[in-house]
Amino acid sequence: MNLLIKNGRIIDPTQKLDQTCDLLIEKGKIKEIGKNLVTTAGVKSIDASGCYVTPGLIDMHVHLRDPGLEYKEDIVSGTKSAVAGGFTSVCCMPNTKPAIDNKAVASYIINKTKAEGFCNVFPVGAITQGSKGESLAEMGELKESGCVAVSDDGHPVKSSELMRRALQYAAGIGIPLITHAEDLDLVGAGMMNEGFTSTELGLKGIPRVAEDIATSRDVLLAEYTGAPIHIAHVSTLGSVQIIREAKARGVKVTCETAPHYFTLTDDAVRGYNTNAKMNPPLREAADVAAIKAGLQDGTIDCIATDHAPHHLDEKDVEFDAAMNGIVGLETSLPLSLKLVSDGVLTLAQLVEKMSCNPSKILSLGRGTLVVGAIADITVIDPAMEWVVDADKLASKSKNSPFIGWKMLGGARCVIVAGKVVDSRS
Amino acid sequence: MSQDTVIFDQAGIARALTRIAHEILEKNKGTEDLVLVGIRSGGDHLARLLRDRIVEIEGVEIPLGTVDITMYRDDISSRGTLPVGKTEIPFALDGKKIILVDEVIFTGRTIRAALDALIDIGRPDCIQLAVLIDRGHRELPIRPDFVGRNVPTARDEDICVFFDHAQPIEVRLVKS
Amino acid sequence: MSFRHKHIIALRDLSKDDIEQLLNTAESMREINNREIKKVPTLRGKTIINLFYESSTRTRTSFEIAGKRLSADTVNIAPSNSSATKGETLADTALNLLAMKPDIIVMRHAVSGSHYFLAEKVNCSIINAGDGAHEHPSQGLLDMLTIKDKFGRLDGLKVAIVGDITHSRVARSNIQGLTKLGSSIFLAGPPTMIPPGVERLGNVTVCATMKEAIQDADVVMMLRIQQERQGKTLMPNAREYSRYFGLNPQNLQYARPDAMVMHPGPINRGVEMSSYVVDGSQSHILKQVENGVAVRMAMLYHVCGGTAVE
Repeated sequence: MNLLIKNGRIIDPTQKLDQTCDLLIEKGKIKEIGKNLVTTAGVKSIDASGCYVTPGLIDMHVHLRDPGLEYKEDIVSGTKSAVAGGFTSVCCMPNTKPAIDNKAVASYIINKTKAEGFCNVFPVGAITQGSKGESLAEMGELKESGCVAVSDDGHPVKSSELMRRALQYAAGIGIPLITHAEDLDLVGAGMMNEGFTSTELGLKGIPRVAEDIATSRDVLLAEYTGAPIHIAHVSTLGSVQIIREAKARGVKVTCETAPHYFTLTDDAVRGYNTNAKMNPPLREAADVAAIKAGLQDGTIDCIATDHAPHHLDEKDVEFDAAMNGIVGLETSLPLSLKLVSDGVLTLAQLVEKMSCNPSKILSLGRGTLVVGAIADITVIDPAMEWVVDADKLASKSKNSPFIGWKMLGGARCVIVAGKVVDSRS
Repeated sequence: MSQDTVIFDQAGIARALTRIAHEILEKNKGTEDLVLVGIRSGGDHLARLLRDRIVEIEGVEIPLGTVDITMYRDDISSRGTLPVGKTEIPFALDGKKIILVDEVIFTGRTIRAALDALIDIGRPDCIQLAVLIDRGHRELPIRPDFVGRNVPTARDEDICVFFDHAQPIEVRLVKS
Repeated sequence: MSFRHKHIIALRDLSKDDIEQLLNTAESMREINNREIKKVPTLRGKTIINLFYESSTRTRTSFEIAGKRLSADTVNIAPSNSSATKGETLADTALNLLAMKPDIIVMRHAVSGSHYFLAEKVNCSIINAGDGAHEHPSQGLLDMLTIKDKFGRLDGLKVAIVGDITHSRVARSNIQGLTKLGSSIFLAGPPTMIPPGVERLGNVTVCATMKEAIQDADVVMMLRIQQERQGKTLMPNAREYSRYFGLNPQNLQYARPDAMVMHPGPINRGVEMSSYVVDGSQSHILKQVENGVAVRMAMLYHVCGGTAVE
């Protein structure tokens, strides 16, 4: 199957490309980019006038809940949601039941994706067995069975000694390590960011320093061991500064943030809105500004969603009892595009953070439109106006603080390995 | 407002109150065990004026109290919350002859509520009712003992007693 | 100006007018409480469920008496720990209770904000009898009524609140209410017990020492210290706490000579207050309890009428 994308604004930072022309796909690969490409009759073509044509978007941090928690999400619904949001690849975190800490679970995910998935799914294995923070998981076998990174996301590795050894061991194998940086002692029974809002609402606070201390520790361990580290969901001003300084010193640190951390503050919790409850929690205006600055100056490498589906019954409860996390795959693109319209990022920077950099950090071999590359492509319509409607989300779960928001921009067409994916089927 | 009819002017009210004071004394053969309780708000002002007149006539100052009937209304759910006033009856009611005073008697429900309130507070010998205006349309078997004036009204009309600094100055029939 | 709220969940949600109206009504209710027959028929036929997820003798009894004096039928429910472990959610419990057609649910719950959640699930009025560290509006109102009784006003008074502000719903309700009625609030406590941004909650000044807070105060309000809640990390022990933040006849002298001393109870004698102060002439602690019934009658009365207006 060949495919011609016509008249799109092709943006590929890996080739410093930003021009309106055509792109030809042949046998699942990029064949040619140029003006007025002509093809033989019968080749399907897409009119991308007014649209951006970018390397397929990659969300390096999602929870697909499969296996074990399929009532929240599964590989089918999760990849549908990803495609609806413009993503061609997602990396799924290992806090499933059982955890992705062995070859069997990793293979299950890869096989199920091949059979039923709508986009690429790259599993992330556990750092420790069962993500219990006690002993190292079989990282070598996890890598061999297809895991692209290891992480104990949701269960920060508490022991500094274990984290040090995990970094060393993972570096030896050549598998990236993603850390969920939070000091659980400081998190305590906290429910939201500690600040004026938590004081007013009478909710237990999570101080920002809980994240900063852990970020600092993990950066220092990476520096000491010389191993690379990737910090997940950065939410605080302090962490941005720590990472910025570490990068300046040459530490092999990369990081990501999520759209809610540059879009919302803890004001969203008012009214005890459980759809604004997540971990790390929404912070304050100064943090939002720091996150944007970090994205702008390159301290923050990636935008990932931390897509965390939860069933209505787990959110429609008293605030303390509600689960942490929100779905994000379908709202990430317009919220991130807003950074471009607000002048925080250039379009090329946005594509880097949503495609090129995740691919580079995790060695996914994607995130580019160079001739010969796998044809994972997202066609973005920046003028698409739509309203987030819970009933229309492809995800099984509807736990989004953005329900009812007016959005500008969305994916017109998602192409995975040369094939147009229709998430509605 | 153009359709208002003045029923009582200030002098008329004064004369009616003087007559009622005489009638109270006559019926009760003096002031022994007599107490006055005005229904807030309006009746309490009239009760004070009646007390002053009784002082003038008999030289005796009889006890004066105020009852707020908000807590005894039967229409709380349909009226919404009304401000609750204070009931001030700084004397025992047991064995007393209460003259209950209100401005206007209409359906009788306010008086019913006031009777319940008084009976919750003590056990008087009897309760008599004095009103400035009886406008008819009773819904309960309640009848005033002392009336300033009987005024036949239609249901959609209203009787308004105007006060200036707790002094009644005029009673009007207001057509809606 | 009529009271238009269906629920009373937080003094933050009420206007100055609303609060003044509740206090005025409470003053009228007090007359009923001094009668021989302490009962009026106002809420006859209304059903009030007292749903207490946290045990509380004082507040529950006070609400129960308030309901009964207004002739409402009151039912007390204390969901046992076992039913909580059986997994019945608050929403399900509430729906079950709704089958009994209550007009008002008075709830105490350990989770801040759970009353707002409940209010979305049920069609009856909700009154907050304490939620987590959020608010305790009936306590705030009765404190304000007690202060008003003594000074005839709340405007322009200096009120010191001393203790664990972070975990205190009593402090939050008082800060919200007193600020709206024109008082100035001065807080003192170990820094571990002062929550961030508390100055922005109202007309609040955080003081470095207890002396600074109670200096020339008209009101000194002491909060209960609960060793079990404050844990091991917020203070060394009761002995040291009492040394720096306990109220005794000596440091009470910093306050105005006619200052009133208050405590929401139950008191740890010898910890936050010495017995000399608890039982002393400036103590208004029992007045607070007495005013509790009148204030709660006013709250029940106002939400009951409010339902019908909407």
